[in-house]
Amino acid sequence: MTVVLAAVGADVALAFVEIGLLALVLAFLARVASRLGITAVPFYLLAGLGLGEGGIADIGVAEGFVELGAEIGVLMLLLTLGLEYSSDELRSGLRGGGVPGAVDALLGFTPGLVAGLLLGWAVPAAVLLGGVTWISSSGVISKVLSDLDRLGYRETPSVLNLLVIEDLAMAVYLPIVAAVVAGEDMMSTATTVAIALVTVGVVLWVAMSYGHLMSVRLDRGNNEALLLAVFGLTLVVGGLAQQLQISAAIGAFLVGLALSGPVQERASELIEPLRDLFAAMFFLFFAFQIDPGDLPAAMVPAALLLLVTGAGKMATGWVAAKRIGASTRGRVRAGAALIARGEFSIVIASLGIGLADGAQLGIIAAAYVLLTAVAGPVLAKNADALHDLVFRRRTQSTTAGAAASASSAQEAGSTL
Amino acid sequence: MPNIREVTLPGVGVRYEFATEAGEQVGVIAHRGGWKELLVYDADDPDRCRTVLHMTADETRALGELMGASTVSQVATAIEQDIQGLTIAWLRIAQGSTSVGRTIGDLHVRSRTGVSIVAVVRDEQTIPSPEPDFAFAVGDMAVAVGTPDGVRQVRDLLS
Repeated sequence: MTVVLAAVGADVALAFVEIGLLALVLAFLARVASRLGITAVPFYLLAGLGLGEGGIADIGVAEGFVELGAEIGVLMLLLTLGLEYSSDELRSGLRGGGVPGAVDALLGFTPGLVAGLLLGWAVPAAVLLGGVTWISSSGVISKVLSDLDRLGYRETPSVLNLLVIEDLAMAVYLPIVAAVVAGEDMMSTATTVAIALVTVGVVLWVAMSYGHLMSVRLDRGNNEALLLAVFGLTLVVGGLAQQLQISAAIGAFLVGLALSGPVQERASELIEPLRDLFAAMFFLFFAFQIDPGDLPAAMVPAALLLLVTGAGKMATGWVAAKRIGASTRGRVRAGAALIARGEFSIVIASLGIGLADGAQLGIIAAAYVLLTAVAGPVLAKNADALHDLVFRRRTQSTTAGAAASASSAQEAGSTL
Repeated sequence: MPNIREVTLPGVGVRYEFATEAGEQVGVIAHRGGWKELLVYDADDPDRCRTVLHMTADETRALGELMGASTVSQVATAIEQDIQGLTIAWLRIAQGSTSVGRTIGDLHVRSRTGVSIVAVVRDEQTIPSPEPDFAFAVGDMAVAVGTPDGVRQVRDLLS
């Protein structure tokens, strides 16, 4: 008996030290990231690559804990995403954002899908890569806009509305890919997709129409009760959704959408620290599963995808900002702001980690997020310079042309 | 009153903007958390802000006070911020009410109940912050703000 206890005790001690050291490493990285003004996600991924299988230091005992924490991390990420927007904001985003949303889906999703197929992957993995390259990081983007004091800029609502549309698109996309990944033959996949979409539609409608009833009830509790209630609700709904093969993530997202009013504000504040903790575990665990030796080779397709989808986001931002009357400078700023990908690309890639092409999908997604999460904020910051680089040159050449024609007119005048 | 445009910023709050007579674009972002940003737009690039001031709820109120905000809007912001235990009620002065023809001062609304009559709507017209010598007439709609108890007392007083 005592022997067993001692063994467990030693295990627990080791697990504590491992988890503690991991947390300290992540804390340091989060600080570096905020110093540099970029998201911590790429740093967490690099840390996971370094510490996971094939990395410099293997984590043994703590891995089980990190794995479960990672699953909870996905739920927390999607819950906070759902909490971010009120149902009014979702409706207003939908009203004005149809065309930019469609351009975004076309130019964001297609390159990933095509790249996956060109790499010789099966359709499910290619569809997931399309999602990876499509969904911008609302976390990174809203932070960049607020850090650069751009919330007041004319083009900003068009950027934020696009993020809302992408949010809602996730509500449709996630259940579809969950079914595609799980499905065996065409027929059963189609049935699962249909069931999933109908369920999501119904839950979404109930959440938007009657969510306030639950919100009012929850709002009566103190912070402790509210935190536990929201956490519990998210896990229960997530678990049920997983059971129905809709993906736990979408269940958590719907819980976030259903909460509205004052309780929405309170819940997002309370959940934020939990989300940061578990999401860090998620990124870490995702990277654990990737062989760091594959990273250099994945950089080439990831960089190509960055070029193509970066141009796509620039075009999307241009279209969206133009519709609300922003000038060319504003349009370039909107496009550059949209380039950053982050947490959701990794969430999407993690859905396919078990597929035959999952390892390759994971490493390309990681490389892609590393590149865009760094390039996005840098480009957003220097969007005005980028605009001037492209447009000044053109205006200069037109003024030069005008001067030339004026002088030729003068010559013509003098000959007269 | 300038023409104020309202734009929703999903996940952030609401942006209000208007043009001054001198032609400058001015805006305010009301964040969900209660703090505000005061914006002055750039003349060269009208999409960008030349100045952005970040202000806490207290600072915004102080600035509003300095700029001469009316009682109504002050109370309105207070309600917007959802102060606990504060009730706003619309009370109609009915035919045969004892308050008809009597002034707010006569009725001692403030001193007896602690409730403020912040506005009275009469024939589609709003009278903001009525003076103590304002006399009620049949059909008036009084906007009362105070504790739930106080507002109940005022309801008894006016009906």
